[in-house]
Amino acid sequence: MLQKTIPANLAPDDHSAYHHPESHSVFGFWLYLMTDCIIFAALFAVFAVMSHQFAGGATAKDLFEINGVAIETAILLLSSITFGFGMLGAQRGNKHALLFWLGVTFLLGLAFIGLEIREFSSLVADGNGPDRSAFLSSFFTLVGTHGLHVSLGLIWMAVLACQVIAKSELSETTLRRLTCLSLFWHFLDVVWICVFTFVYLASVA
Amino acid sequence: MLNSNGHVESSGASHGSAGSYIVGFVLSVILTAVSFLIVMEHAMAASTAIPVIAALALVQVIVHLVFFLHMNASSQQKWNVMAFGFTVMTAVILIGGSIWIMHNVSMNMMSR
Repeated sequence: MLQKTIPANLAPDDHSAYHHPESHSVFGFWLYLMTDCIIFAALFAVFAVMSHQFAGGATAKDLFEINGVAIETAILLLSSITFGFGMLGAQRGNKHALLFWLGVTFLLGLAFIGLEIREFSSLVADGNGPDRSAFLSSFFTLVGTHGLHVSLGLIWMAVLACQVIAKSELSETTLRRLTCLSLFWHFLDVVWICVFTFVYLASVA
Repeated sequence: MLNSNGHVESSGASHGSAGSYIVGFVLSVILTAVSFLIVMEHAMAASTAIPVIAALALVQVIVHLVFFLHMNASSQQKWNVMAFGFTVMTAVILIGGSIWIMHNVSMNMMSR
């Protein structure tokens, strides 16, 4: 219903729009990303306000291991370009290239989540969990929300890969779903740039 | 959705080539490495380092938006860019406003 009426309103001169109504799901997904962006903006605002409230506990300089963050960053950056190569494969209709690059991206994402879980569990094990200070609460909320997004992105990626395997050809619908996931994945990379800069690097500078 | 050139139409996203992905990747690796080096090598005082890495992050966000998320000024992207602009404005008000208000609170309550 929506998919038919909206193009008719936006592009009354374009006759092809009546025969093949364009999907606006990618634009809709973009709007969702923008609202997600505001969630992260709110969490960054909380972190900015709380970042010096250590409650007598360990400070950012004591806790953050920049080498680990550098590895996490490298993994996430690399996963962005491998996903890009996967999309290029998909646009050529090359299922094998798509699945190969999706697989590489999935493993990189999994490695990122693994490192993050290791970092979080070592912090909690040393008594520096989210309940220790306002600084750690806001840190775990912000970085944890990003990690949760990456985890959900991995589930989404696995589901899409199954769909690609199950269907003999790449349909327009599958391509559209892949486009949405690629926006999601690159968006998470953009959020991570702000995380490593303002949370990790700025705290230890 | 796909036109004769294989480009995704006004539904909200276009896509790049292998070249543009590689250019974006190289740029973001350089920007990330510079940020990390400044902090890890203690190349400058914190009061200078923070604005510098913040500026590098801003440039890198733009690199990602252009080369990975394929944002551009074309008419097909008009609504995407407009929604993005509104989001940036909201985020700036939210973050800047929170820091400003909470700074005033802590000054007036003498808690800092």
